[in-house]
Parts: sequence; C-alpha cells; structure tokens
Amino acid sequence: MKGRSRVAAHVQVLPFSGIRKFFDIVASRKDVISLGVGEPDFDTPWTVREAAVWSLERGATHYTSNRGDPGLRKAIARYVARQFGAEYDWDREILVTVGVSEAIDIALRTIVNPGDEVIYHEPCFVSYRPSIILAGGTPVCVETRREDQFRLTRPMLEKAVTKKTRVLMLNFPCNPTGAVLAKSDVEDIADFCIRHDLLLLTDEIYAELTYDSKHVSFVSVPGMKERTIFLHGMSKAWAMTGFRIGYACAPAEISENMMKLHQYAIMSAPTTGQMAAAEALERGDEAVAAMLGEYNRRRNYLIASFADMKVSCHTPAGAFYAFPYIGDLGVSSEDFAMRFLEEQSVAVVPGDAFGKSGAGFLRCAYATSMENIREAMKRMAIFVANIRAER
Amino acid sequence: MDELLEIIRKNARTSVEDIAKMIQSTPAEVAARIEDYEKEGTIRGYRALINEDHLPDDHVTAVIEVKVQPEREGGFDRVARRISGFPEVVNMHLMSGKYDLLLFVEGNTLREVASFVSERLATLDGVLSTGTHFMLKTYKQDGVLMDGDKHDDRLQISP
Repeated sequence: MKGRSRVAAHVQVLPFSGIRKFFDIVASRKDVISLGVGEPDFDTPWTVREAAVWSLERGATHYTSNRGDPGLRKAIARYVARQFGAEYDWDREILVTVGVSEAIDIALRTIVNPGDEVIYHEPCFVSYRPSIILAGGTPVCVETRREDQFRLTRPMLEKAVTKKTRVLMLNFPCNPTGAVLAKSDVEDIADFCIRHDLLLLTDEIYAELTYDSKHVSFVSVPGMKERTIFLHGMSKAWAMTGFRIGYACAPAEISENMMKLHQYAIMSAPTTGQMAAAEALERGDEAVAAMLGEYNRRRNYLIASFADMKVSCHTPAGAFYAFPYIGDLGVSSEDFAMRFLEEQSVAVVPGDAFGKSGAGFLRCAYATSMENIREAMKRMAIFVANIRAER
Repeated sequence: MDELLEIIRKNARTSVEDIAKMIQSTPAEVAARIEDYEKEGTIRGYRALINEDHLPDDHVTAVIEVKVQPEREGGFDRVARRISGFPEVVNMHLMSGKYDLLLFVEGNTLREVASFVSERLATLDGVLSTGTHFMLKTYKQDGVLMDGDKHDDRLQISP
C-alpha cells in the first residue's frame, strides 16, 4: 500500500480554511482580546434555553421527522411570512438543517450538475468556494469592492454570467464585510436571475441584524420564490450557534430532493435544538431587538474609533463585522494581524482569509463586550500610530 | 427608552466620550442631555451595584408587607410618605392584592429590624398589620445575576 494516499484526490487538493492557521496561533496565547469571533457573545435568551431544558425533561430526545419537527416547521413558515413576506408550505417547502452550513452543502449538491458554473461573491464566508467545488460545480467569483460599500451590482454579474451559469449564491448582510443590499440592488439582482434563468441560493443568516434600514429579502420580490433557495437559521440573531439549527425554504421539488441528501447524511437535525428554535421564533423578538441595539452601539463606537485613528472603513450596515482598510499602512493584512496580536494582544482576522480580494482589510467582529471593544480600539490606535511612525 | 438612558442605566460610568461614539453624537451634546435629565429629576442619582453577600459585615434586609387604612382624602399617600421617611426603608411600593405597601428595610442586625417593625412601624396611625420576611440570599438584583461567575468560553477565532 506504500505510496498510495488514503485520502481522495479531490479532498486532498481542497485548501484548509484561511482562518485555521490564525486560530492555532491565537489559541496558543493567553489574555487575548479577540475581535475574531464570528458568533454572538450574548447568552442564548433564557426563555430559549429553558424551552430546551423542558424538552429534555419531557423526553423529546428522539429523531424528529426527516424534514424537522412539524411544530418548528409551522413556526418557521409563520416567521418567514411575517418577517420576509413570503408564504411557504410548512410541510412541502421547508427543511430543517444542521445550521445553514449543512443547508448550503445539500442545496448545492441538489442543484448543481458537473461543470455548472456557480457565481458567488468574495470576500465571503469560508465555506462557499469549497462547497461549490465539492458539489462538482465551477466556482465563478465576483469581487465586491470598497467603493461600492461591498455591494454586488448588476454590471459585475453581467460580466460573470455565461451559458453555463446555473446558480447565483449570495450572502447579504455579508460576513465578513458587513455589507447589505438596498431594495433597488435586490430588485436588480432578482431581475438578473430571471433574465438569465438562474437559481438563487441566498444565505440570509444575518437578516435581523441590519442597522440603518430594514433587511430586504429576495423572497419578497415577486417571481423570485419559484427560483430561490432561501437559507436562514437561529445562530446569529438569537445567539444559538451551539444549537446547530438552520433551515431551507425552497420550491417543493427542490426541497424534496434536498431532503433525500439530508435524510441519508443526517437523518434529522438535533431535537433539543429544534425545540429551542421553535420557542425562539415564537417568543424571541424582544431579545433579538435588545441584542440589535447593543450591536448597533458597538458598531457606531468602532466606526468612530477608526475615524479617530484615520483608518478608512466603509459603514458596515449589517451582521456584526466591520471591515476596515489597512492596505495604505504599508503592511499586509496578515502581517498587521500577526503583529497586532504579538504587540498588543488583540486578535483580528486578516481580510484575505475570506478570499483574495479581502487583502488589505481586517475583519473586526463586534460580537464582544463594549469593554473589550473600547480596550481593543485604544490598543489599535497605539499600534497604528507605531506603524505609521516606522514608515 | 432614550438610548442614552439605556446606556447609563446599564453602566453609569460610561464616559460621555464613549456614549457619544455609541450613539453618533458629540460629548458636549451628551453631557448637556445628561444634565437636563438630572435637572428635571429623571436621573435621581448614580450608585454602585454591590453584592452585599461579599461583604464581611453582617447586614440584614427584610421585606415587609404592610396593610394600612387609606384616608378619605389623600388615600395611601400621607401614611406612605410617613413610612418612607424612615432611613431604614430603602425601597417602598404601593401594591395591588392582599396588602398595600411593600417595604424593603435594611438594618445591621435582626434585632434592629425587628424593633423597627414593632416599635416604629406597627405603631403608626393607619398601619393595620405587618408581615416581615428576612432575605436569605440575593440571586439577582436590578437585572444583574449576583450568584456565580461568567466567563467567555467561545472559540477565540471562528469564521
């Protein structure tokens, strides 16, 4: 057997997430203030945790239906209708998944034929490109830019589309840029999808977390529901990352076929998480609003601090990430992040961990306490001044 | 609630500079608004939230239910004002239900609180009856958990 690899070739060539190397370095250090965490710092609302405990006490510890508990699916249908203005059949069009991550994977594997082109945008969440490749698709990257506030525009898409394009994959509000789309952008992109007969895979996990205007979902645009796989979940707005609950809303034919993959790989999403999710959707609005207010104050604080230290940063209007530009300081994102960690014990993630076009940027998550943010910004001001003095 | 009040209600020591950054205002504007709140009596003071269970000196708090005879003119107010004047009374509310006033009374010893109730409170004109409960442990106060420590056990870096 010598010389024969035990790992499949197509997996071998898959790169590790750009975040991993940095994670190992940060993990080896103590007393680091981290702006590198991509999950809420808030506790899961107590009513949600309490519902999870109660579900365990009453013995809800078995499989649910493959598609997910009917009570939860009905709660999802009601929530999506009131929040995003789209009516879905709870029984035939909604599938409960293990986070949006699973939903992305099975959605792509359900709709992509070998060689189909999938357009996605960078900088983006680390799993998008690998998921497209693993599904047999050809990833076609569109780079969003600082001068457009990292929005995706119609001309960029028109340049990327070919006869082989089958899917457009989006994530707004966006991790890592904090970008959102305006209503007119959404309508433009929807029209683009219809014009080119594309399926839209839209990951709207940060939908509740917008600060300057209300989120506009693609499913609210007439004619889009029929060609859209809408992905959402509990992790971000309800601070429920560890519960691992996401969901996909899609036309029955697609949903049914996604269910096959889900059924064979997963069986059903964790039952305790499903019970907790139902509670969150029905009685979680107030907790979400309180967290949103707090994120907004932190965001404002970060933006004002960057302005004070003359670091340029587009206004992040959604999610909980700021994406300041440090390319004009004469250091790469990675060098900045490494030195900032070594000299000031603050962790930020180099922008190019989210794609080449993230080079020159940093992802600073404000999912951490105001005290941490204040201290981190104080140290960043010192660090940036030092770097400028060296030049 | 005004976002400014929301912030200082959570942490009164937040500086005007920091508040200005958080609500997209200026330090001078924030300071002026706080001063207005103080002048009009919306903000009545600032204090530390202390976990009394951590203090070495023994200190007792009692919760006392008081039934009073309301008066034809003025209702509960006159007797309530008399009771609330005692420095031992730290919180006091008019309640619906089986009793009228709910008092939080502090003292150095059980005996001290007991004598306050029997000698000063129960003997007041208009006080019909009292029911005293001594507080044993504080789990949560003013929305803050007082029991146990909180630490962040999330991964330090995640996508």
